Amino acid sequence: MALTRRQVENIANLARLEITEEEIPAFVENLSGIIDLVDQLNAAQTDHVEPMAHPLNMVQPLRDDRVTEIDERDVFQANASQLESGLYLVPKVIE
Amino acid sequence: MHTRTLAELAAALRDGDFSSEELVGHFLDRIETLDATLNAFVTVTRDQALEAARSADSARADGQAGPLTGLPIAHKDIFCTRGVKTSCGSRMLDNFVSPYDATVVGRLKAAGVVMLGKTNMDEFAMGSSNETSWYGPVRNPWDLNKVPGGSSGGSAAAVAARMAPAATGTDTGGSIRQPAALTNTTGLKPTYGRVSRYGMIAFASSLDQAGTITASAEDAAMLLGAMAGHDPRDSTSAEVPVPDYLEALGQSLSGVRIGLAKEFLDDGLDPGNAAVLEQALKVFRGLGASVEEVSLPNLGLSVPTYYVVAPAECSSNLSRFDGIRFGYRAEDPRDLTDLYKRSRGEGFGAEVKRRIMTGTYVLSAGYYDAYYLKAQRVRQLIAGDFQRVFQDVDLIVGPTTPTPAFDIGAKVDDPVTMYLNDIYTIGVNLAGLPGMSVPCGFVGGLPVGLQIIGNHFDEGRLLNAAYMYQRETDWHHRVPDGFSPESG
Amino acid sequence: MEWEVVIGLEIHAQLKTASKIFSAASTQFGAEPNTQACLVDLGYPGVLPVLNGDAVRMAVRFGLASHSSIAPRSIFARKNYFYPDLPKGYQISQYELPVVHDGWVDVVLDDGSRKRVGITRAHLEEDAGKSLHEDFHGLTGIDLNRAGTPLLEIVSEPDMRSAKEAVAYMKLIHQLVRYLDICDGNMQEGSLRCDANISVRPMGRHEFGTRAEIKNLNSFRFIERAINYEAERQIDIIESGGSVVQETRLYDSGKDETRPMRSKEEANDYRYFPDPDLLPLKIEEQTVESIRADLPELPWEKRDRFVESYGLSDYDAGVLTTARSTADYFETVASGGADAKLAANWVMGELAGALNKAGIEIENSPVGPDALRGLLSRIADETISGKIAKEVFESMWAGEGSADEIIDGKGLRQITDSSAIQSVIDQVLADNPQQLEQYRAGKVKLLGFFVGQVMKATRGQANPAQVNDLLRRSLDG
Repeated sequence: MALTRRQVENIANLARLEITEEEIPAFVENLSGIIDLVDQLNAAQTDHVEPMAHPLNMVQPLRDDRVTEIDERDVFQANASQLESGLYLVPKVIE
Repeated sequence: MHTRTLAELAAALRDGDFSSEELVGHFLDRIETLDATLNAFVTVTRDQALEAARSADSARADGQAGPLTGLPIAHKDIFCTRGVKTSCGSRMLDNFVSPYDATVVGRLKAAGVVMLGKTNMDEFAMGSSNETSWYGPVRNPWDLNKVPGGSSGGSAAAVAARMAPAATGTDTGGSIRQPAALTNTTGLKPTYGRVSRYGMIAFASSLDQAGTITASAEDAAMLLGAMAGHDPRDSTSAEVPVPDYLEALGQSLSGVRIGLAKEFLDDGLDPGNAAVLEQALKVFRGLGASVEEVSLPNLGLSVPTYYVVAPAECSSNLSRFDGIRFGYRAEDPRDLTDLYKRSRGEGFGAEVKRRIMTGTYVLSAGYYDAYYLKAQRVRQLIAGDFQRVFQDVDLIVGPTTPTPAFDIGAKVDDPVTMYLNDIYTIGVNLAGLPGMSVPCGFVGGLPVGLQIIGNHFDEGRLLNAAYMYQRETDWHHRVPDGFSPESG
Repeated sequence: MEWEVVIGLEIHAQLKTASKIFSAASTQFGAEPNTQACLVDLGYPGVLPVLNGDAVRMAVRFGLASHSSIAPRSIFARKNYFYPDLPKGYQISQYELPVVHDGWVDVVLDDGSRKRVGITRAHLEEDAGKSLHEDFHGLTGIDLNRAGTPLLEIVSEPDMRSAKEAVAYMKLIHQLVRYLDICDGNMQEGSLRCDANISVRPMGRHEFGTRAEIKNLNSFRFIERAINYEAERQIDIIESGGSVVQETRLYDSGKDETRPMRSKEEANDYRYFPDPDLLPLKIEEQTVESIRADLPELPWEKRDRFVESYGLSDYDAGVLTTARSTADYFETVASGGADAKLAANWVMGELAGALNKAGIEIENSPVGPDALRGLLSRIADETISGKIAKEVFESMWAGEGSADEIIDGKGLRQITDSSAIQSVIDQVLADNPQQLEQYRAGKVKLLGFFVGQVMKATRGQANPAQVNDLLRRSLDG
């Protein structure tokens, strides 16, 4: 199924990806090709087949409720570019 | 010394033929000489490596050495390494220094293994040619105009050119096996959950698995023993005991039932690859194994299934890269949305964006059932095919790739053609099975690989089959011209 | 036209675990920014979530207490959206298969009637961090200490028909989670907060109207006000010919109004899918049964028992069982042989007043239940009067000792010796000849005056009944 330019723009917005005007035609073409590829799935007969989310039939292990992490803020924040008073800074959030 | 396998180097260290410092220094020198051509490394950790080698030597002097103490390896740059840049092949993480070690890295470090550096890779492991890396393509040491495969292309090229005796890799849809096949190295992708994913930067969480690229199956067995086992930090790592993989090597293949999946022998398979595969089967028969044809009827749907599941998971896994806490941050954002969009737009390359967008699309309202849920159902069918076949055979074999290495630039603008390159490897990931690629011959001067697939947690049997095959053949000992013994 | 308001609440209860739901960082409130945000909470590349077993057990406790079903298999999903306080770009939550579903609670309303409210589901999820909007040069600061704190989101059926019912339901949940010891209930710190779904419809109509969701209500008063404001707003819109828009709104307590949330304006497509980093959560029947066996007496059970065993009124029993700590305090006092009604009056009266005034929790009361029982037994055995008891209580509160020590030390013991009282009476009569004459001339109301004089002369310590009795005899005789 071919995607429209509008759809590609919407997807990019939902995924918070800036794509330029010039890039759009290539994305439209490539993504349409990929969707064509995955549309082959329609041919499969999957009635009464359980969806498979994990390759192994395992159960979620549970952790004991213990605090073992220590404060390493300075180390962790060494990778952040904008900080003040221990806070990560972002452009103003409007609620 | 670089032509020896990891097992041989371990013996030499044990016997005192040379020190770990000498050994590590030798490989570091090779990297310095050769990597300008191959571009297999993103980071070389010379000083740390030599320091670690010296402490390995003193541990040995104190009688504290284990089987892996002092052996050098390279880590794919997808594994977090404390205090060392961990880029994942992306501009997004070009400035990222991990504050922690991945479990795989930590376990190998604890076993005395010395890290030489971090290897180049397709950006966020998304690619089959190593061309999507922010750090430029890796070249195939067998032909510098060819790709080494991907996404663990740097690791494969490093081992093929003997810049490292072994390297870690990760395999989501073939990213260990395919580059191993294209570079004449031995690639092992263990069972999903066999090795911890903690600290391995996630691409597709239900498919990703860490493994090794080595010069032999024996070397893979040595490393897997140190890497495998349950990790309390990874809920999906299996609580299944780790056997002694080295112990299992050398057992006769007499009576072993091998299945050749007929779906592997499709029109896309290069006749040269098919001929080499036939030779390999002969070797197995000669070793006493029986080979019979089996069928995996839904295998043909593995590429479309994968290109729903993997992008869906990646679209979510990569949402954390927003420029706020780590990674690339766009200059002077107008507002919050602009910060997100430009940090991600400028930080990610085209292939990563394509996959994020594909994944966003297949999970979005109105398409979830038709794509994501449908793919999960087909995934069940594919996994079921393998289980049915494993009721009759012990191992499944086939080609690792349809063709030998292709030219750099040949498929880079055509994602679908590129994706089809992984047609033989992807089913294994969807089913969570262990798989290997072992060198099995050359087509037009380029190496190709034999893929061997086992049932869940049957790495022992898989490694033994590869080991026995390598005792009968010498393909895996071949080193490309220019990287041969005399040149180093 | 007469309108009916339809309300459903989504209550977020922060579970009282020591560590977070998917990491081993502390959940303690009030730490320096980002000092309790570990790699998992920060969504660092490569890290993975591991589920906290106590969070699961707490969810099951709630499920059992609210007559709900416990899912033998439940799934964690990712809810994908970009927001700076959500480090991974997705929230791990339960979507299609929640751990708790299909239950109910009975709420006692002010008029004593009971209202059943359905619990649609209760699911586990992680809390987000906090955006601090104080001005950082025009930027917003992000503190991720709260990120990853376990939440139980309790979703009710749209069963409530007034703000008062909604508040009563919220109070019941507040009471229940504290009884179960799964949430500290501190609404000011955000440990318990709710979103309200509100719609209106003409009385008698079956179909629901279009609803608005009011976010982040963190006090009973705000819940009531926000619902009333929102219902009025919707009725006004419809009555003036408009129609209600389905949207997310924010309650502004300063202006006492609701307004649309700008950040939620963009229609969200959360792209839920099962989190591949987490496996299906299986809960065995025997785990459920062991949790059931461990459940405390629930608030409504306790209230009924208080009525039954202590002969309290429904109202008193309700007040005493509001908090488990108060109920426990009362029972310690009452079970030691004190008169239950007297104990109830003192706990709800003198004690509650003193605690309230001092801003102290009952667990930390300077007068403990055993000490209070000591005081009440002196009232019961007539060592002191109720009036003197209040004086003794004040001294106990001030830390001057036990009831007996204070009574003896200050000589407050009640005078019950008839001859001693009689001699005081004789003295009072002799000192007030004029009043005595008036009384005997028929102004019997003056009895009170004489009682007062006698009590004054004995500093309140004379047994009031004896004083009355002896005085009457002296006056009339």
